[in-house]
Amino acid sequence: MLITLLRTYLRPYRRWLTAVVVLQFIGTLASLYLPSLNADIIDNGIARGDTAYIMRTGGWMLAATLLQITCTVGAVYFGAKTAMAFGRDVRAAIFHRVGEFSAREVGRFGAPSLITRNTNDVQQVQMLVLMSCTLLVTAPIMATGGVIMALREDVGLAWLLLICVPALVLGIALIVRRMVPGFRRMQERIDSVNRVMREQITGIRVVRAFVRERWEQSRFAVANTALTETSLYVGRLMALMFPWVMLIFNVSSVAVLWFGAGRVDDGQMQIGSLTAFLTYLIQILMSVMMATFMLVMVPRATVCAERIGEVLDTESSVVPPAEPVTSLPRSISLELRDAEFAYPGAESPVLRDISFTVEPGTTTAVVGSTGSGKTTLVNLVPRLIDATAGQVLAGGVDVRRLDPEVLRERIGLVPQKAYLFSGTVASNLRYGNPDATDDELWEALRIAQAADFVADMSEGLETPIAQGGTNVSGGQRQRLAIARALVRQPGIYLFDDSFSALDLATDARLRAALRPHTTDAAVVIVAQRISTVIDADQIVVLDDGAVVGLGTHDELLETCPTYAEIVESQLTAEEAA
Amino acid sequence: MSASRPTTTATPARPAGPGGGRPGGGPPGMAAMAGPPQKALNFGPSAKRLLGRLTPERAGVALVIVLAVVSVALNAIGPRLLGHGTDLIFEGVIGRQLPADVTKEQAVENLRAGDQDTFADMLAHMDVVPGQGVDFSALRSVLLGVLALYVGASLFMWLQAYLLNTIVQRTVFRLRSDVEDKIHRLPLRYFDANSRGDVLSRVTNDIDNVSQSLQQTMSQLLNSLLTVIGVLAMMVWISPLLALIALVTIPLSMVVTALIAKRSQKQFVAQWAHTGALNGQIEEAYTGHALVKVFGRQREVEQSFGAKNEELYQASFGAQFVSGLIMPAMFFLGNLNYVAVAVVGGLRVASGSLSLGEVQAFVQYTRQFTQPLTQLASMANLLQSGVASAERVFELLDEPEQVPDPATPATLDDQPRGRVEFEHVTFSYDPDQPLIEDLSLVAEPGRTVAIVGPTGAGKTTLVNLIMRFYELQGGHITIDGRDIAELSRDELRSNIGMVLQDTWLFGGTIRENLAYGDPTASEEQIRSAAEATYVDRFVHSLPDGYDTVIDEEGDNISAGEKQLLTIARAFLADPSILILDEATSSVDTRTEVLVQHAMAALRSDRTSFVIAHRLSTIRDADLILVMRDGAIVEQGSHAELLERRGAYFDLYNSQFAAPEVEEA
Repeated sequence: MLITLLRTYLRPYRRWLTAVVVLQFIGTLASLYLPSLNADIIDNGIARGDTAYIMRTGGWMLAATLLQITCTVGAVYFGAKTAMAFGRDVRAAIFHRVGEFSAREVGRFGAPSLITRNTNDVQQVQMLVLMSCTLLVTAPIMATGGVIMALREDVGLAWLLLICVPALVLGIALIVRRMVPGFRRMQERIDSVNRVMREQITGIRVVRAFVRERWEQSRFAVANTALTETSLYVGRLMALMFPWVMLIFNVSSVAVLWFGAGRVDDGQMQIGSLTAFLTYLIQILMSVMMATFMLVMVPRATVCAERIGEVLDTESSVVPPAEPVTSLPRSISLELRDAEFAYPGAESPVLRDISFTVEPGTTTAVVGSTGSGKTTLVNLVPRLIDATAGQVLAGGVDVRRLDPEVLRERIGLVPQKAYLFSGTVASNLRYGNPDATDDELWEALRIAQAADFVADMSEGLETPIAQGGTNVSGGQRQRLAIARALVRQPGIYLFDDSFSALDLATDARLRAALRPHTTDAAVVIVAQRISTVIDADQIVVLDDGAVVGLGTHDELLETCPTYAEIVESQLTAEEAA
Repeated sequence: MSASRPTTTATPARPAGPGGGRPGGGPPGMAAMAGPPQKALNFGPSAKRLLGRLTPERAGVALVIVLAVVSVALNAIGPRLLGHGTDLIFEGVIGRQLPADVTKEQAVENLRAGDQDTFADMLAHMDVVPGQGVDFSALRSVLLGVLALYVGASLFMWLQAYLLNTIVQRTVFRLRSDVEDKIHRLPLRYFDANSRGDVLSRVTNDIDNVSQSLQQTMSQLLNSLLTVIGVLAMMVWISPLLALIALVTIPLSMVVTALIAKRSQKQFVAQWAHTGALNGQIEEAYTGHALVKVFGRQREVEQSFGAKNEELYQASFGAQFVSGLIMPAMFFLGNLNYVAVAVVGGLRVASGSLSLGEVQAFVQYTRQFTQPLTQLASMANLLQSGVASAERVFELLDEPEQVPDPATPATLDDQPRGRVEFEHVTFSYDPDQPLIEDLSLVAEPGRTVAIVGPTGAGKTTLVNLIMRFYELQGGHITIDGRDIAELSRDELRSNIGMVLQDTWLFGGTIRENLAYGDPTASEEQIRSAAEATYVDRFVHSLPDGYDTVIDEEGDNISAGEKQLLTIARAFLADPSILILDEATSSVDTRTEVLVQHAMAALRSDRTSFVIAHRLSTIRDADLILVMRDGAIVEQGSHAELLERRGAYFDLYNSQFAAPEVEEA
């Protein structure tokens, strides 16, 4: 998956990547040339007392150094450009794909997971690309180049490489192999320490009410001790790493000198070559070490790439029609005809055989316990999901044949969780109708029982709203969400449990104010409270995904035991009568 | 982003070894993952205080320093001795070139005569026996010495790192414990007044950050500093002239690093701002996914995402490019040094004032010298963000604590009757906004008091006061005639049970969560409490029964079932006074019935305060308090209040026939 992702999204930047490789290649060669020039200084300059040669070769070394820095800067430039452009493109691709998703796919991944995939996961892979451009590319060049140069200096000492390099790699690999699971365990334990902290703070009232402070402290101590143990373990492994690397480097130098001395004495090798060989060996070991560390990043990036790939490979289950119907009459009815919705592979459908019609100017209430499929039913209408069997018709046309924009233009949805976007009160209200006038906004606010508190706000309509609407109370948020739907002046209203956050009196006033406003519209109200649905034109009772009752309050009290049970739980018998 | 954002995983491995140090400004992205570059407000004092946290480990710290000094010293001497080995070889090479039948002096004379003055100068300073090759026995003893030195250096380095790790982990452990203890001593006001996200991020992200920067900086800081000193000493010892050349590069590299770091800091800030903006947009678009679709805003959203994405690209390219330059720049300076040493050193060897081995050692030293400098530069950022986090943790530790319990607290009877009285109570959260003024009420033992009224009327405040989550500003609350301020908080609270709308359960098994009410409860007591509150039935339907673990999201049990668990928990605690906050929504209707029965079972024979949303509770209550703006505007029984046709009457009616309300 990582490879596919890289191949697809790095393709446009092939030229930049080639530039990176070429530049790093030249730069590395230049820096590899330095020890060799230094050897020349020793062998041809110092050993013969030729100062002019020393100066001349020094000039070459300076040139090599300048070439090296120029190339590296260029490589960093193109590397950063490539990696960041890659990140940008993958982010855009994910965002676009998720934009196409239906509620079903979003629900399957979950919004938080999609957010992480779009942000953190992309960042991880992007990091790998960047690191590859700077370090991972140079490591093999440096290692291979180092080996070639070292062999050029003296083949007889080459066997030393065969011992030093494996010793280094083996040591690091052994440590890292224990360290990686150690880090994973450490992260889990950090999470559990943080979880206990979070629980204590969110539940501070309960903790204190039940006088469990000391117990909580001991619970925390357990988690803290576990974390400390793992951190100690990982830290000890880490403590081994640096001394081991240093030991290999240093022992190698000593070995080169000892075995080199014999060869120099025999005249098989020049003294300058010995010094150069030493430098090359160190360079080889360094690049091998860097590569080993970089490779640690790969498994993590692979996991991220897989999570990104999952999103990119998911097709939306809601596809716009090829030849859409693009017009709807002014007032439209809503009809569900034997509608069914099932998740693929699920044993039983979430909704089955749902049939009812909402005529313009009437209100239909949907009640039922949690998990009975109410929200799923609402989502069928604006095609946030598609029915797996049966039909949903708006104005007599199957919603799947309609242009989605035309359909959604006519729908005012107030979701279960009132969500506001960052901006102002006005920008939120105009979300579905950018051309609405201030008067229209105030009218909507009045109906939604929100005019008072908006008027009380210091900046009125221009009052800033934080992301999610966290700076207003739950009830206010809910009323603003209702007003937002009203500003759209849609033909179909969908209130998905939108009144539960309101107190009873506000709920009642809101519904009363709404009625004259919706004389042409088909209204669907999903609710928990019986008082909210009691005067609807018809009530649909859902149980376990099926309609078990359809009628008015009075009819259902007689005919539908499930409904009677719900009423019973909320009102005493006398009040219900 | 929300505070619950999972903390980034620790970097898998600290790149170690020469040249493996982190480039300044953090390797690209690593800084980007560690959070926005924070600045401590009082860097000096906070850093000092953080170091002060190491005080209990004084002896260990001293030992660490000694070990570090020894290992750095051994490591620093190594190249010098190794250079001596090179000299021995070089002398062998030269010696072999000379005819065996002359002395060294004669050879020098001959060279001068042959116009080879430079070579003669060098030879004059060398320990050469003409005709003789490499002195292997001398070389062996030198190299064995070096080997021993290096093995020793690594050993001490390891011991040092091992010990330091222990010290740091213990310090972090203590810091976490202190924060934990502090949480339980802070007044509730602190948690209510500060955003939960902020408090959470102090006790989680900030502590993590402190711990990470302590771990990463402590050992590197010490080693890098000592290495710089040790290596510098060796360089001066070998050749003051060459050392001077090397020293010139120090201010140079510092200036370069500072220049780059300063620019990259700015770029990183920009990158962070843009990352934040983009992530915010993504969060918004995904959380409001359905709205974006239904309200037809997809095109606009994608356009604005595209623009923000492009901005982020520009900013992060700048940040990564500039910060990516530090490493090559330092490498370049190192190379310049190398060239200078090679040339100047070469000339000095030729003139005989330095040996070849000394120059070779010097080359090694210059390599070792730039690397810790780079590391020190790179640590600046890490240190800065670590200290900034520490400061935020210290702020929490310095918060004023709640009023201590009385030294000799009064106690309640073993079986308190549970008569609760408010006498002229005055309270407000904010001195400028009076809330409750001169409130008096009596709850007789075993009676149910229902509290109704709109949001913000002060219903929850009453709970806060009875539980002594907040201190009164005037008047008294008494239980069986005892002022609650004279009791210890533990004594008071262990006599009151509480069931809140917010069904808080912790991540443990159902059994553990029930036993939260009474840790001493036997299995039988837990079962019978569970049966009385309808918990037993649904627990049996779970695969693991009472051992079912409630995960953080609590997905495996429904909201209503959670509510039942909180009721059972309070039931097990068996208090004489109860506070119930009825759930308003998101409980499915079937469970709802059970919840109400369970609450009724819990209420029997206990003085109960019910924040009521349901008519059934209100009807049966012995006393109904109608609150508005912190005051009780009506009180009485259901029948009495209906007769009065006041606020309660309106509220009651609004639940049924939706009145034709005139539009305001």
